[in-house]
Amino acid sequence: MRTLLRIALRSALNRRGTLALVVLSIALATALLLGLERLRGDIRSSFTSAVSGTDLVVGPRTGPVQLMLYAVFHIGSAANTVSMDSVRALAAHRAVDWVVPIALGDGHRGRPVVGTTPAYFAHFAYGDRQPLVLAQGRAFAGSLDGLYETVVGAEVAASQGYRLGRKMVFHHGLQVLPDGMPDQHGDQPFTVVGILAPTGTPVDRTVFVSLQGLSAIHLDWAGGAPLPASAGLKIPAELARKFDLEPRQVTAALVGLKNRAAVFNVQRFVADYPAEPLMAVLPAVALDALWTVVGLGERALLAVSGLVALVSLASLVAVVLAGLNERRRELAVLRAVGAGPRQVLLLLAVEGGLVTLTGALLGAGGAAAAVLLAGPWVQRQLGITLQVGAPTAAQWALFAAVLAAGMLASLVPGWRAYRLSLADGLSPRT
Amino acid sequence: MLSLRDLRYRWPGAAEDSLVIHELDIAAGRTLFLHGPSGCGKSTLLGLLAGVLLAREGRVALLGQDWAALPGGRRDARRADHVGVVFQQFNLLPYLTVLDNVLLPCGFSARRAQRCAGSPRAAAQALLQRMGLPEPLWRRRADALSVGQQQRVAAARALIGGPELVLADEPTSALDGPLRAAFMALLLQACAAAGSTLVFVSHDERLAALFDDRLSLPDLNRAACGTAAA
Repeated sequence: MRTLLRIALRSALNRRGTLALVVLSIALATALLLGLERLRGDIRSSFTSAVSGTDLVVGPRTGPVQLMLYAVFHIGSAANTVSMDSVRALAAHRAVDWVVPIALGDGHRGRPVVGTTPAYFAHFAYGDRQPLVLAQGRAFAGSLDGLYETVVGAEVAASQGYRLGRKMVFHHGLQVLPDGMPDQHGDQPFTVVGILAPTGTPVDRTVFVSLQGLSAIHLDWAGGAPLPASAGLKIPAELARKFDLEPRQVTAALVGLKNRAAVFNVQRFVADYPAEPLMAVLPAVALDALWTVVGLGERALLAVSGLVALVSLASLVAVVLAGLNERRRELAVLRAVGAGPRQVLLLLAVEGGLVTLTGALLGAGGAAAAVLLAGPWVQRQLGITLQVGAPTAAQWALFAAVLAAGMLASLVPGWRAYRLSLADGLSPRT
Repeated sequence: MLSLRDLRYRWPGAAEDSLVIHELDIAAGRTLFLHGPSGCGKSTLLGLLAGVLLAREGRVALLGQDWAALPGGRRDARRADHVGVVFQQFNLLPYLTVLDNVLLPCGFSARRAQRCAGSPRAAAQALLQRMGLPEPLWRRRADALSVGQQQRVAAARALIGGPELVLADEPTSALDGPLRAAFMALLLQACAAAGSTLVFVSHDERLAALFDDRLSLPDLNRAACGTAAA
């Protein structure tokens, strides 16, 4: 057995050129499989940890998935609004502990600007009920003094190099403006007064301002467009405070209850609210619904990487089979010195196993390295925290599956060699 | 030592027997020259003697043990224990060193390893010396040697651990005049030293004089010559 292992190793080393290519393709397939599995798990936990401690998300009547998308992930925009009267009515409900309204629609360099109240920082939680933490500075003041103050998420601060005291301006809508085009709200700059600690949730990519601040920059706007300058209605920042800045509408509200048992009561209260069509969704339920949408694509990805693994194993079989004819002499020599056909089969199987194992280990290492290297980038760009750590059970299972499939696949050339060595006897009949 | 009775062999898929031998006995320690043109079943006969091929009918016994009576795995182990083989060419595993090639049978047979004088490694080195292969060559890859040198390495491998039977299938056909003579001398000397029986197959009748016995395969084989694949 030791002799056989040694021969298998030396023989494989002798053909290292071709086998290295096979090892590489198996490594890539394994890395793809393991990496995707890691990504899948982490996307899922990023998703489900995006919001916690919020019992209901209330918004205009639409799909629950859509409401979650803009209220929690700040993706897309609301077609309708919720009036502040409704928000106040909701806050007055006896089961309701707190209500935090949020308003969307503006952006800063592609990041969403969210108008809300300072209560947001007190009540919003993510992951396992972890509260938001200010890494630097403080929350914006809810008063007129804090009108042009802003708190930015960790990613915004890191990517733009923002520190406390930095001035920033907003553009209208979420699209990043083409170069050279001035921000539409450039006349009213905001000052960074707080920077949040990283959370691994959409909060990191968000700019927070007070609802009044949002009102102020839209004072001279009507119907989603600035009033023409000829109308003489340009309102300078210092004058804005003299206007009534109390918001009339918001896009959604996060609701915390005094007692979770009342959640369906309050949900019905919102659904039956007479003044305007509203809906309330349970975040966990909506996140699950959202996940089934996203999960489809993610399962397709996993299927594709499974196919890649299959193709690379097929190439293993093809390469070893193709080399077999040239190795009939080698097999005859082994037969002559006393190797049985079964040992010949074993030799080929061991070779395939070694190639697969090397490839799979390389792939696993590659996947881990990729997570390590690309992790910060993915966190910045996509807001997904990639966990660097011990492989998950699913990853182990995939790794084992690649190995098993490789061993199984190498039985094919092994079997062929077995047949050949039985038929050839001592002299290959080529 | 070797005994064949009423042997019939047919390649799988062939319509006729390619080898039919009524009776053949080879005594221990003898050297036999088996002569015959190509296509007369020489390689087939060697395959049968080595227990790699099995007769359709009849008996092929080495040291009194019929090959066909043993299960496959035991046959392979028995071949490793008692038989050394030298081919026409391509005898060696190109990716192993010369020394490792010689040591191969000891990896498959504990008996061969035990029968080596001293350690298998020492025995292999002694055999290589005897075959006129100097020490600097031992660590080289087998395919770095000339054809003549490779054949001598193959002979050393066939003889390591003193197998009872050495089978040689035209081992000199790739060698020219002086090399051939030198190889023959070394092979016969080494076989005599190890006490091994040598069955040597060749179509080169000039070599026959070097052997104890000579046989013509066309005379021996009752099947029509020239139809077999061998």
